[in-house]
Amino acid sequence: MRFVIALPFLWLAVFFLLPFALVLAIALGSNAPDLAPPVELGFSLKNFALLFTDDLYVAAWLSSLRIAATATVVTLLLGYPMAYAVARTSARWRPVLLMLVILPFWTSFLIRVYAWIGLLANNGLLEQFLRWTGLAQNPETILGTEWAVQLGIVYAYLPFMVLPLYAALEKLDLGLLEAAADLGAPPVAAFLTITLPLSLPGVVAGCLLVFIPAVGEFVIPDLLGGTGTLMIGKVLWDEFFTNADWPLASAVAICLLVLLVGPIALFQRQQAKSLERK
Amino acid sequence: MGHARLALAVLAFGYAFLYLPIALVIVYSFNESRLVTVWAGFSTKWWTALLHNEAMLSAAWLSLRIALLSASAAAVIGLAAGYVLARVPAFFGRTLFGSLVIAPMVMPEVVMGISMLLLFVGSERLLGWPPRGFLTIAIAHITFSIAFVAVVVQARLVDFDRSLEEAAMDLGATPWTTFLTVTLPLIAPAVGSGWLLAFTLSLDDLILTQFVSGAQSQTLPMLVYSSVRLGVDPQINVLATVIVALAASALILSGWLTRRRA
Repeated sequence: MRFVIALPFLWLAVFFLLPFALVLAIALGSNAPDLAPPVELGFSLKNFALLFTDDLYVAAWLSSLRIAATATVVTLLLGYPMAYAVARTSARWRPVLLMLVILPFWTSFLIRVYAWIGLLANNGLLEQFLRWTGLAQNPETILGTEWAVQLGIVYAYLPFMVLPLYAALEKLDLGLLEAAADLGAPPVAAFLTITLPLSLPGVVAGCLLVFIPAVGEFVIPDLLGGTGTLMIGKVLWDEFFTNADWPLASAVAICLLVLLVGPIALFQRQQAKSLERK
Repeated sequence: MGHARLALAVLAFGYAFLYLPIALVIVYSFNESRLVTVWAGFSTKWWTALLHNEAMLSAAWLSLRIALLSASAAAVIGLAAGYVLARVPAFFGRTLFGSLVIAPMVMPEVVMGISMLLLFVGSERLLGWPPRGFLTIAIAHITFSIAFVAVVVQARLVDFDRSLEEAAMDLGATPWTTFLTVTLPLIAPAVGSGWLLAFTLSLDDLILTQFVSGAQSQTLPMLVYSSVRLGVDPQINVLATVIVALAASALILSGWLTRRRA
């Protein structure tokens, strides 16, 4: 039994936990382009100071949070009715519908983002469609704007929202809703006082599963956003790969981690609780 | 009736949103034109081109080998982790253990990527090992796949009839024998779908891989990414079609594995 605990424990301690200490150590050092690796160890907070004072970085933090929060809300508004409708479908169709929600998750994330490039591009399929239907004669190109990034996040993360919502809604005792209706509650009141509170664990889990990775998202802003869309995951990537500034990229990683440690802990608690309650 | 129609409309809209972009990518893989936004007639030339694309094929082969190794290792370690989470209520560091297992599921990949790279760089300086490439990519993929296997295994173990295990123990089986002859066969479908999940995650990973890959190794997602950055390419559409077909088969297989025993 000791070995069974030790194997995953040691693996994750060495390859997941220990590296964060290294990131912190590097973040306190300074950039040394002449060395290989390009880092001079030390103890300075100037990388962190830069992240909170330089307008570019501050703007990137704020817009990451804003974009991730907006996209999470939109995903919830789209995912909730879907999960609800799936949970209320006849037992024969439910596995098929559920599988169709999971399938995109099994295909390539990169390719699902790529799919939107042809759709949203200048003279792309969406613009052709709008012109063809006469809805808009000179539609503005969406690719390269923040709208495209939001759309990409909603699209890519929708399955992560629908699945926990479905798990919560499927367990809902329909007798409660009938009782509410018998007692004269209008459907809206029944939804707000019964369905919504009982599906809240699913709402929390779904929102966290979308929000946390979306804050640090790189692929979507890189492929669908333009130069105007600042997101912190892309800043980290560019500092590391383009500017080869490892200490600054490390500082970004540490800040991102500190920012998300609360939501991550909440997600873990939710996950542990939902499995124990079964 | 009004409700049923509304539900149908919601489902139609939701699924159209999920599948229309994928469907268009598939359709345009058969396009004659190089432009993926202009339809110029049916052609399979991009399929032929992809089949003869040496760089793409060797990247796919590398990705496949990494995915096989990392899914298998993650299945073993994730099985152990899921078992501990479901069956061992208390030990020193239990809370930390739970956090370590789950956190990689949601950790932004850029953060994990930079931290693992720094670990590998550090260890290369101190120990001269490991060389960056196949091995470091596999280790990175194993580390973030463990969580997904563990969660599937844990969920299966939680709603599992323990009287069978107890009966085996009462009849004198050691815990290890009980696990191998009773528990493991019963949770094998969960381990199987965890393996498939880890396999697809590994095949698809870009960000972690880009950080830890070193200069020589190029996996399929890395190649796709560098080609997509230059613009749309019909060969990517072909590749997407292949991936969707494979994913659908894998999912059906995994659904069948789980339902067979459930």
